[in-house]
Amino acid sequence: MARRFASACVAALALLSCPAAARPLRNGGKLLLTNGISSLDGAAGGGLTPWAVIAGNETSDGIGLSAHATVVPVKDYDYASAGAALGFRDRIELSYAHQRFDTNRIGALLGLGANYRFAQDIFGAKVRLAGDLVYDALPAIAIGAQYKTSNNDAIVHALGAKHASGADYYATVSRLFLSRSILLSATARLTKANQMGLLGFGGDKQRAATLQFEGSAAWQLSRRIAIGGEYRRKPDNLGIAREDDWFDAFIAYALTDNLTATVAYTDLGSVATVKGQRGAFVQLQAAF
Amino acid sequence: MQSIVIALLFLQAVPYAVPGEDAVDPYTPSAANAGASPFAGEGMAKAFHGQDGIRRIIDRTLTAAYADPVIGEIFEGHDKVRLSRTLFEQFCYLLDAGCAYSGRDMIAAHKDLGVQRGDMNRLVVLLQQAMRAERVPFQAQNRLLSKLAPMNHDVVQK
Repeated sequence: MARRFASACVAALALLSCPAAARPLRNGGKLLLTNGISSLDGAAGGGLTPWAVIAGNETSDGIGLSAHATVVPVKDYDYASAGAALGFRDRIELSYAHQRFDTNRIGALLGLGANYRFAQDIFGAKVRLAGDLVYDALPAIAIGAQYKTSNNDAIVHALGAKHASGADYYATVSRLFLSRSILLSATARLTKANQMGLLGFGGDKQRAATLQFEGSAAWQLSRRIAIGGEYRRKPDNLGIAREDDWFDAFIAYALTDNLTATVAYTDLGSVATVKGQRGAFVQLQAAF
Repeated sequence: MQSIVIALLFLQAVPYAVPGEDAVDPYTPSAANAGASPFAGEGMAKAFHGQDGIRRIIDRTLTAAYADPVIGEIFEGHDKVRLSRTLFEQFCYLLDAGCAYSGRDMIAAHKDLGVQRGDMNRLVVLLQQAMRAERVPFQAQNRLLSKLAPMNHDVVQK
């Protein structure tokens, strides 16, 4: 249908202009795995960091949707998040994620009470400014913002955080080098967030936002499978709870055109005073 | 006599269409029309099992494309004999499997087809399935796609 309409546009070109926006919406059609997975903060990308791709399976002619659930059980804690994202014409992304961080028995040692839970909500927006992950000469280039608000105002202030909410701003460049089947992505993030914001924003050691680097490298083994690793440099703002950089090694598998499962081994370093937080990262994402 | 010789030379030099194909508007054949430079060496041709393998991949891809609910419509009324020949030539040329490309450039070949990004992606999927059926290693599949991907600007209608 869209095609006939476009042809009619060409025929009428002498009289009318027919911008892409005039074509009827057509959903789906993105190449498998090129929508990425859902990062912990909710943006489409790798598991730890956003990529310059837009959530959902839509192309420049449609609207897409994705939803995900992630669990990260590490040595002493249990992390879980869930969220959804909308993609408009493979250009603009709006995302929401709710994160929950269960302190299990450590909560008692911290004086918060056993099984104390931190939580926050993250509202994100991303725009792909130029380029394309696969097709253009230029790599995909995007900027984004994430507004994060802690559900534990009093506690994060008591830990030494300056604010219970804050915004991250980031720029990201991503490219799938087809000739080598390798995807590389790099992100610079301006942030005040302590452990993504779960422990508030800013602290006694560092009050202001700092610029942090994040990156992913992935190798596509088949149409449906990619393996790779990620790195996320973190600020270290709180005197009482040292914060380490994050790493992971992942395998992502497109179970169907709409379902992507990701399993990773992840190292979160020291979290809320307890070091050596390593464990699994497991995510299921549905995208349309 | 002289005019016949000239006509024969002209026909030989300008293979717009071969018997069994529809006539096309005149154009200047050139290797540059293939839209990319070929791979060097025998590796890629071997990975695609030479001209026989490339022929099977083109046949399988096009058979699937004509019957496809998403992109089948694009090929309605299209000269399938010519498409099969020129696409084979293009792949064979790019893979350095011993062919010259005699077809039109990518802009002329896709003019007014109304191809959208989703259509191009769908054809990529069908091509991937055909390459997989031919047991072309995935890394070699992607290397060929890396030659084709930059052509999207000439194929996809803005």
